[in-house]
Amino acid sequence: MNSLDFSIILQAWPYLWSGLLFSLALTAAASIIGLILGTCFALVQHFEIPVVSQIVRGYIAVMRSIPLILVLFWFFFLVPIVLGHLSGIGRPIPIGATYTAFITFGLFEAAYYSEIIRVGLRAVNKGQFEACQALSLSTFDTYRHIILPQVFRVASPIILSQTIILFQDTSLVYVLSLTDLLGAASKLAQLNGRLVEMYLAVAVVYLVISSAASQFVASLRKRYALTGTHR
Amino acid sequence: MFGVLFEQTADGQRYIDWLLSGLGWTLALAFFGWWIAFAVGLVVGIGRTVQNRFFAALARLYVEIFRNIPVLVQMFLWYFVLPEILPDSLGNAIKQIPPPWGSFFPALLCLGLYTAARIAEQVRAGIEALPRGQAEAANALGLGGYLTYRYIIIPQALRLIVPSLTSEVMGIYKNTSVALTIGLMELTAQARQISEVTFQTFTAFGAATLIYLALALIAYQSMMLIDKAVHIPGTAHARDIRDQELTAEVPQGGVLPDAMEVVK
Repeated sequence: MNSLDFSIILQAWPYLWSGLLFSLALTAAASIIGLILGTCFALVQHFEIPVVSQIVRGYIAVMRSIPLILVLFWFFFLVPIVLGHLSGIGRPIPIGATYTAFITFGLFEAAYYSEIIRVGLRAVNKGQFEACQALSLSTFDTYRHIILPQVFRVASPIILSQTIILFQDTSLVYVLSLTDLLGAASKLAQLNGRLVEMYLAVAVVYLVISSAASQFVASLRKRYALTGTHR
Repeated sequence: MFGVLFEQTADGQRYIDWLLSGLGWTLALAFFGWWIAFAVGLVVGIGRTVQNRFFAALARLYVEIFRNIPVLVQMFLWYFVLPEILPDSLGNAIKQIPPPWGSFFPALLCLGLYTAARIAEQVRAGIEALPRGQAEAANALGLGGYLTYRYIIIPQALRLIVPSLTSEVMGIYKNTSVALTIGLMELTAQARQISEVTFQTFTAFGAATLIYLALALIAYQSMMLIDKAVHIPGTAHARDIRDQELTAEVPQGGVLPDAMEVVK
């Protein structure tokens, strides 16, 4: 057993910090893309728009059934081809691993967020829709001002829990050799050979951030339980 | 389109044999990992509900640690870090385990203990969903703490949580793919290897995706069968689980029936 030397972490901190910032940026971007897209998916299913709704349902089922790593590989391979077709050049456009990660995580998380929103939509009291009709609000206004705000409000603890899972999942960009927190640590560990200190430090950082965030979600849930809409 | 899978590889096999061997490792990891997870998760989950503050705190610590570190980081801790922090002789012995077992066992331990933390929370939820009267009635009949858990609480709690365990079953077989980062040639890794050798990326990933979809379907259907067999009359069924899981946490009840309410 070699003696541990955690001063190495202090030296490595700037690099690890930049990795952590990438992890956080990826989490933020993917959750925003995922939420917007997921809301659209949920609405498509809610309105039961023919064909589109079946496609969306199939997409969500597939995304939820295959491992995220395989999804990353798929998109790493597919996105350049699709972009090539869309832009009319005809040959694949390489966009690099970073953009691939942002696109993949956004699209992947959309499947999970949309399930949350879809159930949230079903949990909204029927009277809300009827009241909107009585006030002769348009469908758009009904959802924009009445329904969706309530859905986001009641679903926010679950959405945040899902975002914490997303934050942990971003570590999987390791397979694309990106420099997120874990990627930075593993690259440094290969250089200086101090992989014990590096990986332990990374584990602690993830642990602190995730459990602090979980605590926050728990307190949020409690607050809703108190002032919430009643049971 | 899948024709290439039946072509000869450099090592005299066919590509589909690579995929099947990968599937074998995936299944072995998921199956044995599940039983580790279930056993540990049950103990920790019970620990979270006992009166003894020390055990309750210990169980909570376990859940917090294993749930809040990404599974990939845990994989690295078991594979790279554990042999280094153990005494030299033991650490070297671990490092000398020949592949693929050298990566299989850390992966198994990692997935088992990670999933255990998640199962523990389900077990706890199941126990807490039971009405207090069950434990009180058991006490009134003269059953001690152990017997109450063994014969009254656990059997009912486990029957209640079969639906929510479905998503953990689906979770563990998906997480087996993380083992490729420590060199285990499971299904996803084999698919990537085939794509790198043959350049038939679409076929290779497509085949792997279809296999994963089939696994998901089998896992889902068998959990439904189990739920049907052990279902407590009057509670919600597994097929409603995805909705329940979410609405159970949505504070605004009312519209959708809450599964646990019915039991009370």
